[in-house]
Amino acid sequence: MTAPFGRRVCKVSESRASGGYRFFSLIDEKGPPPLPGQFYMLATERHWEQRDLRPFLPRALSVAETGPAVAGVRLDFLIEGVGPGTERLCELEEGESVWVNGPLGNSFSPPRDLSAGAAGAILVGGGIGIAPLALLRRTFAERNIPTRVLLGFRSERHSGGLDELFACCEVRLASDDGHRGHRGYVTDLLANLLEGDDARSAAVYACGPPAMLETVRTLCLERGVACELAMEAPMACGYGACFGCAVPAADGGYLRLCVDGPVVRATQVTHA
Amino acid sequence: MPEFCGIELAHPVINASGTFDAIAARKVYGDELLERFPFSAYVSKTITLEPRAGNEPQRIWETPAGMINSIGLPNKGLEGFLADDLPRLAELPVPLVVSVMATSREEFSKLVQTVGERSEVAAIELNVSCPNVHSGLIVGEQPVETEATVEAVRAVTAKPLIVKLTPNVPDPAEVAVAAEQGGADAVSLINTLKASAIDPVSGRPGVAAGHGGLSGPAVRPVALAQVRAVAAAVSVPIVGMGGIASGTDAAEFLSVGATLVAVGTESFRDPEAGQRVAAELDLNLRSR
Repeated sequence: MTAPFGRRVCKVSESRASGGYRFFSLIDEKGPPPLPGQFYMLATERHWEQRDLRPFLPRALSVAETGPAVAGVRLDFLIEGVGPGTERLCELEEGESVWVNGPLGNSFSPPRDLSAGAAGAILVGGGIGIAPLALLRRTFAERNIPTRVLLGFRSERHSGGLDELFACCEVRLASDDGHRGHRGYVTDLLANLLEGDDARSAAVYACGPPAMLETVRTLCLERGVACELAMEAPMACGYGACFGCAVPAADGGYLRLCVDGPVVRATQVTHA
Repeated sequence: MPEFCGIELAHPVINASGTFDAIAARKVYGDELLERFPFSAYVSKTITLEPRAGNEPQRIWETPAGMINSIGLPNKGLEGFLADDLPRLAELPVPLVVSVMATSREEFSKLVQTVGERSEVAAIELNVSCPNVHSGLIVGEQPVETEATVEAVRAVTAKPLIVKLTPNVPDPAEVAVAAEQGGADAVSLINTLKASAIDPVSGRPGVAAGHGGLSGPAVRPVALAQVRAVAAAVSVPIVGMGGIASGTDAAEFLSVGATLVAVGTESFRDPEAGQRVAAELDLNLRSR
């Protein structure tokens, strides 16, 4: 299903702190429900360009969860304020208007091997990258696809969104500082899981910081495990116009993450 | 209904080359794009004789009221364009302008002749912001080079030729006059302004190439002054562009002598910007 052409105004229905992150919801009366992995370009209607005339461009945000609203669909986002755009979005208040363009990009695909003994899906998220995995997990649960969730955080401050998005399900945690779960990287947990005899029938789905994605990519390629990565790159438009979000493709040239991604197979890219 | 080089257009707002990929946009938005196509003519992304992958990332950097880009003209090359892109661009509901760039007059001539023979193509824009392999000089920065290049391609097509001028020269009007003398049917300006930024976190350049082109509202007053100077010097029609984001902005460019305006960076923020600017411009002109 294609996105409605152009941008439209959506109202904020909820906005609150979630650990060191912010969690907010928009009511989209016009767009189709997003698929897991898809993203939206967002800009506030008022007081964008608020600090040193930035942000100027809209910001790309993956949708974390969605559901029906009284009119249209509810879109949930998890965000960390790291620059003028995300910081402005962290200030959103209930009832405020946001320019929305989307849903954009492709989505995750289900595991190829869905036979009885297969290992199923393994979701690997790091920090703010856990967001798109929440919708993916629910989509797989609704289809009775066996799914294991591994999430990693630097510290307690960076474990926002966990209670909102993964309260319902069993997750294995890792943290750099050991405040919860395994002390170390989430990719250590993945490496353990991939030691199992059934690993080759698994499908790994990952979103998180580049170093984490690259470790996941390498682990999966070495073991011949199917793997999809939700990647990020600086992006001006989100719909293929600016050619800014290029990442090197394994077969030469570049992929545009907005239209060829943001979900790519581990074999499609030279590094994450 | 504005008329431009013998082409009738529904309104005076077109797109700047390389700022709206109509093929990608149609995949994203479906046929609703065609029903509400935002521009009265479509200018393709620049094509070259051979395919180009484009520049190494990082390619874009946000700046106050604008952005720097260093994309590097990724394209499929002439053959790929004719086979894959042209049939799809021909399905757009507006006249098609094809932008071409080359590093020699021979290459320019081959591109212009081949593209000009296609009935789907209404006009050709020459991107002259590139070095000539023989002289090493940027064609569009040299009046003599510009005139000779336009003269060479003028001989191989009867289609309207638009010369896209660079703003990175002391006197754009001088180059515009040279383009007119070479046989250009129109000029378009401005291309992006040479610009750099430093990432405050890494201390490295914001775009990998070290510098790129600045666009967005930040450049608009510069663009307006250059369009005004060019309009005073040439009699061919002008496509004015540079940071246009509203009907009021567009009206400024028409009032200093532009026949058409082009929207570029604003389309990144608002995919329908072309249509919105055209509607606002119409209201603006009616209220005078």
